[in-house]
Amino acid sequence: MSNDWPLFEVFIRSRAGLEHKHVGSVHATDTRMAIEHARDVYTRRQEGVSIWVVRSSDITASDPAESDSLFEPARDKVYRHPTFYAIPDEVKNL
Amino acid sequence: MYTQALDSLGKDCLPDGSADTAALETRFQERVDGDEKIEPKDWMPDAYRQTLIRQISQHAHSEIVGMLPEGNWISRAPTLRRKAVLIAKVQDEGGHGMYLYSAAETLGISRQQMMEQLLAGTAKYSSIFNYPTLTWADVGAIGWLVDGAAIMNQIPICRCSYGPYARAMVRICKEESFHQRQGFEIMLSLARGTPEQRQMAQDALNRWWWPSIMMFGPSDGDSKHTAQSMRWKIKRFTNDELRQKFIDITAPQAEFLGLTIPDPQLRKQEGSEHYSFGTIDWSEFHAVLKGNGPCNRERLEARQKAHENGNWVREAAAAYAEKQRTRAAQAA
Repeated sequence: MSNDWPLFEVFIRSRAGLEHKHVGSVHATDTRMAIEHARDVYTRRQEGVSIWVVRSSDITASDPAESDSLFEPARDKVYRHPTFYAIPDEVKNL
Repeated sequence: MYTQALDSLGKDCLPDGSADTAALETRFQERVDGDEKIEPKDWMPDAYRQTLIRQISQHAHSEIVGMLPEGNWISRAPTLRRKAVLIAKVQDEGGHGMYLYSAAETLGISRQQMMEQLLAGTAKYSSIFNYPTLTWADVGAIGWLVDGAAIMNQIPICRCSYGPYARAMVRICKEESFHQRQGFEIMLSLARGTPEQRQMAQDALNRWWWPSIMMFGPSDGDSKHTAQSMRWKIKRFTNDELRQKFIDITAPQAEFLGLTIPDPQLRKQEGSEHYSFGTIDWSEFHAVLKGNGPCNRERLEARQKAHENGNWVREAAAAYAEKQRTRAAQAA
């Protein structure tokens, strides 16, 4: 048995105006076939109007072990949210 | 991400058995208990990974083998409408297999390894697909009962602790509902048809009822993996709980059809929503599981033949892609 074809991650835009969203993956020999497979596997019920495919090996992901050092610093910066600021009720349109 | 091919920036997992592993396991269980989802690159106990690989790959194989009994009737569907519906349903089953293989691959097993296990006959798949589809009514009974039981099993897995499996299951459950309804519709047409058609529907119910009931797996007392799987939130209900739910909702549907469920002990318990039912013949279940069902060999041979017959297509596609790459490299 030959080796698996390369793996591609599939991203689908469900309708114009929305962003592409990761939906899963397919194996294919090239990008054209990856799009055809993604169409058969992920859009049988009009789930999309546009497909992106990208070779899984071309994606670099952050490491879950580093999530604290990456994301924790944002946790104590509540002043980045509008609700941090107390404004008297009588002030309108702010 | 749905892949193990990602370029990890981090350190490798710690070796098992260390004090750190115990701490990681505790942290893992806390996350599961807190209903957090586990994602492919997160640390997970090896037994959790192996359990999921086994369960998801078996589930994927079931979808793929499940295309065979119904595919048997595509060319003989009674109307063009029924034929279009059946083709769409069988295509969905193939799609479900693909979602699930993708989800299993995130755990570190390759598609090829899973294919080899299926074709070598070492992988399990749902034993229901080792029964033959003898008449058109069987297509109705499969949609109504087999897909009905599958939905009952699968809806709780939408909340499974492992993200990729849960997401695949959400997609599958959305599509599965049409499968069950089209099956019931076939049964309804037959039940309201000629005496021969009625009889055909009853015969299908007679043959598919008990195998469908057995789809929920062994009784809780005999189910080895249930307790651990529930702790890990891979499973949310026990086999017997799901079986009872299925019987409770299906019995009134059979009554509506005017068909008789082939269980003389089936009756509604007084003052309760639940039905009591007869004893399940587990020896049949185990015989089919061991490979001695009516169609085990036929199913496997059909898969092997399909794989062999598709070989030249896979080879040609790979050669074409290689040629394109070479040409692109030369042109550059």
